[in-house]
Amino acid sequence: MDDLLSDFLAETQESLEVVDAELVKFEQQPEDDETLNNIFRLVHTIKGTCGFLGLPRLEALAHAGETLLGKFRDKALVATPETVSLILNSIDKIKEILDHLTETQVEPEGNDAEIIALLVAASEGAQYEAPPAAPVAEVVAEVPAETSPVLEDEAPIGYDVDLDRELRPGEVSLADLEAAFMAADGPDLEQLAVEADQAKKEEVIAKDKEKTEVKPSAEPLKLVQTVRVNVDSLEELMTMVSELVLTRNQLLQIVRKSNDEELKIPLQRLSSVTAELQDGVMQTRMQPIGNAWKKLPRIVRDSAKLADKKVQLNMSGENTELDRQVLELIGDPLTHMVRNSCDHGLEPSDIRIAAGKPEAGQINLSAYHEGGHIVIEVADDGAGLPTSKIKSKAIKNATITQAEADSMSDNQIHRLIFAAGLSTAKAVTSLSGRGVGMDVVRSNIEKIGGTVDLNSIDGQGTTFKIKIPLTLAIVSALIVDTAVGKFAIPQLAVVELVRCTESGEHKIETINGTRVLRLRDSLLPIADISDITGEPAPESADKPSFVVVMVVGELRFGVLVDSISDTEEIVVKPLSNRLTSIPIFSGNTILGDGSVIMILDPNGVAKQVSTGDEIEQNTNRDETNIDQTSDKTAMLLFFAGGTEPKAVPLSLVTRLEEIEPDKIEISSGRHMVQYRNTLMPLVHAGGAPTFKETGQQPVLVFTENGRSVGLAVDEIVDIVEEVLNIEMSDGGPGVIGSAVLKGEATEVLDVGHFLTQGFHDWFERKSAQENHEEPTAKRILLVDDNAFFRNMVRPLLSAAGYDVTAIESTSEAWALNEAGVNFDIIVSDIEMPDDNGVDFAKKLAEDLNWNNIPRLALSALEQHDLEKIGAISAFTDVVRKSDRESLISTIHYVLQSQGEAA
Amino acid sequence: MSDQKDDRANSGPIREFVTLYIGDQIFGLPVSDIREVFHPLAITRVPLAPPEIRGVLNLRGRIVTAIEVRTCLNLPPLEEDEASSMMAIGIEVDDEAYGLIVDRIGDVLQLPERDCEAIPCNMDPNWQALASGIFRLDGQLLIILDIQRLLGVEPKTEIAA
Repeated sequence: MDDLLSDFLAETQESLEVVDAELVKFEQQPEDDETLNNIFRLVHTIKGTCGFLGLPRLEALAHAGETLLGKFRDKALVATPETVSLILNSIDKIKEILDHLTETQVEPEGNDAEIIALLVAASEGAQYEAPPAAPVAEVVAEVPAETSPVLEDEAPIGYDVDLDRELRPGEVSLADLEAAFMAADGPDLEQLAVEADQAKKEEVIAKDKEKTEVKPSAEPLKLVQTVRVNVDSLEELMTMVSELVLTRNQLLQIVRKSNDEELKIPLQRLSSVTAELQDGVMQTRMQPIGNAWKKLPRIVRDSAKLADKKVQLNMSGENTELDRQVLELIGDPLTHMVRNSCDHGLEPSDIRIAAGKPEAGQINLSAYHEGGHIVIEVADDGAGLPTSKIKSKAIKNATITQAEADSMSDNQIHRLIFAAGLSTAKAVTSLSGRGVGMDVVRSNIEKIGGTVDLNSIDGQGTTFKIKIPLTLAIVSALIVDTAVGKFAIPQLAVVELVRCTESGEHKIETINGTRVLRLRDSLLPIADISDITGEPAPESADKPSFVVVMVVGELRFGVLVDSISDTEEIVVKPLSNRLTSIPIFSGNTILGDGSVIMILDPNGVAKQVSTGDEIEQNTNRDETNIDQTSDKTAMLLFFAGGTEPKAVPLSLVTRLEEIEPDKIEISSGRHMVQYRNTLMPLVHAGGAPTFKETGQQPVLVFTENGRSVGLAVDEIVDIVEEVLNIEMSDGGPGVIGSAVLKGEATEVLDVGHFLTQGFHDWFERKSAQENHEEPTAKRILLVDDNAFFRNMVRPLLSAAGYDVTAIESTSEAWALNEAGVNFDIIVSDIEMPDDNGVDFAKKLAEDLNWNNIPRLALSALEQHDLEKIGAISAFTDVVRKSDRESLISTIHYVLQSQGEAA
Repeated sequence: MSDQKDDRANSGPIREFVTLYIGDQIFGLPVSDIREVFHPLAITRVPLAPPEIRGVLNLRGRIVTAIEVRTCLNLPPLEEDEASSMMAIGIEVDDEAYGLIVDRIGDVLQLPERDCEAIPCNMDPNWQALASGIFRLDGQLLIILDIQRLLGVEPKTEIAA
């Protein structure tokens, strides 16, 4: 391509971006002469250069636009949104032609008569929705000398100092000519400029300043000398510096070992020079983030207009610099987010006013440095995210289940907008709402090692926070030792390191073979390196002793490593093609000692952690083990009053907590504790409220439907996985029976009993919720002589949503029959001391009122014994007595088939 | 014009091969494809990598992917004590450096191209897939390996990890 032309294209593209932004600013503050002058100068320069390069179409367009701008500047016309739109449209047209020029190096066919006609009409004050304020046109008092009254259809184009006269349309000032020739000398004009655009902008302004020195409000002259450098040369330079850093690291390592004093000093010097060089080269790649923001004012303006909203975009920290490569990658996600804020975040004006907010919505865009990262915030003062809408949409999309949704905090639900296929926008607009958006934003940001988070307050707005590394080429990494070798973990993803010991404060525990770590107020999933790599870790003397806590998106997890060997600035080298398919690595690098090390990709690792069981299947590890465990139940063993160990099924426990005894309060005779901003009732598993007075009070937390009950115990002993063989016993309220766990007789507690102690309406509330679709709960008549059993089964069935009437004998049942009470199902024991369940069932089958009610037997007898006594024919079905789950499922099944038959 | 020269002329173009051994079998790789021969030291294993990838190593500041030719050929890896004598053949494909790990390196042979024969169809299909031809040498057969296929091909049958 012609050097001159490519240079022109690069420069014009930049100028147009500025014009875009400035026009939007001008539209809001039409009295700002400085902005208008800036626009005018830029358009004028474009027009001038076009004429010089022989681009008639562009020239004509720019000329028409300039004429209109000239009228604004001369106060002959007042800018209206319509006229500004018109100019913006013509700028778009210019961009289109420029794109074509870039591709083919010639102007496209066709002409722009239509838009030019509109521009001309507008500049002649014709009825292009001319503003009523037109009469001010004659006020020319403030107009500087060189902008003499408009001559015919020509606008003042500029004043050339060298010629000492005004320029004719299409004529180029000598300064421009000179500039064009100067630029033509550049060595690498093919490439886009990479130096800080800020500097260039100033250069352009300065250049124009020279021409228009007569301007009264001229800023102090500032010339910044710049050289355009080929991007490829810069990249090459960066690669070489990376190599240099690596070699220096190697040298440092050698010297550290050899203890050679003579080498130390020059090496130190080399080290610092290398660091400076690295900084310097990095600096050349740095660009202010404002470059990526330039197109935003225009986008906000357009989408606000389209949605008929008033939106103000405020930007701060435009000069925060970051790597050119990162800047390119962050541009699109940012645009999308700002658009989203404008389109969905901010409410329409009428709703805003009704909510007592200023009519114009605010979008605040800010950027700042934080550590080795740059943080970009996009905040709006809109309505906040619609929590319930997101929730129902996510459930509908099967992104989450209802149960998951219930246990999620608002914030967690808000983050679901980053999941694929979730758009809550009522209507799909031309700009957003298609459901592909935030997930793409997130994956784009994560691709460059960044994170995105959000905070939304209902009615007050939403803030997105993007955190990205300043550069991708060199990252600071933690070098960890594991059983299967060393790995590098990018520090960006690491939030903390926890040292774990068998006896110390932080101890790794296992739940059903999964490792967890209690860390402050939460349980942290822990992944062993063998979980991540899918390789069995060899038996090693070193016990893994550090947990590297990482955060990726919403997932917080720990990776267990043997030790942390170093932190190092590593140069990320891309993986070989054969290895790119491995999700857990993002690259590799050469360490100071010359060895190659793989860099763990936190995103990949997070995926691996959250689908840990898949890995196990893939590697066929412990396959037999898994089969065995399927029949086992994990039980949490503890002591609570008495010397006998007690247990509850671990699956019911939401969390294990330790509570300071002085936090336990007594409110209306019940023990409560402040837990996660609510009061949680505390019940002691030992029966009597004998809470600890010193040390920590261990508490098992059960949570359902957002309510928690704490079950206080004396001491948590262990988690065991055994085949549960509960023997029913009448151990008093709250005890299901006993089982042999770890070779010791253990009382298995009925959690339901304690939950109702915490909240009396625990089950009622739940059944009410679960049955909201069925107006009346199914009624069950439970006949059992054993009081304990009745007490155990009743809450169980209530919890499952049934209306239970529990009675002691068949005679009571007949009394109910006579009273005309009806039931949907009758559940009866077979062996009762005074009654016979089978006879009862036979009599029922003949009863006029109750003969159609399905009969369910509860028995501990074996199948053939049941046949012998005729139970099989007398009852609809028989359930084993200790099998709580099959009792519920059988009742459900029987009732369902009954319903279908009827 | 001597007889020998006649022979040369008649035999057509000559190709040069670096020979290598896997167990007792001799293989050949075109000299033109090979950049260097080195001792593979300090190989970093890469978890989850395909089985034939032994790992990555640093060769004068470049990261080289080490491919175990034995695994490609469905042969068991060398015993630990024999492994120290292993050699690597450095090649470059698509700007990426690879090292082919072999048991040992033999001589460079110059062979007339016309002597190259097709692979016998009853050879192990895995080997067939990796070989581009065969030469009859004195007392042994030289199998010419195809580098592209060696790097691109996945072993057909699963190898016990």
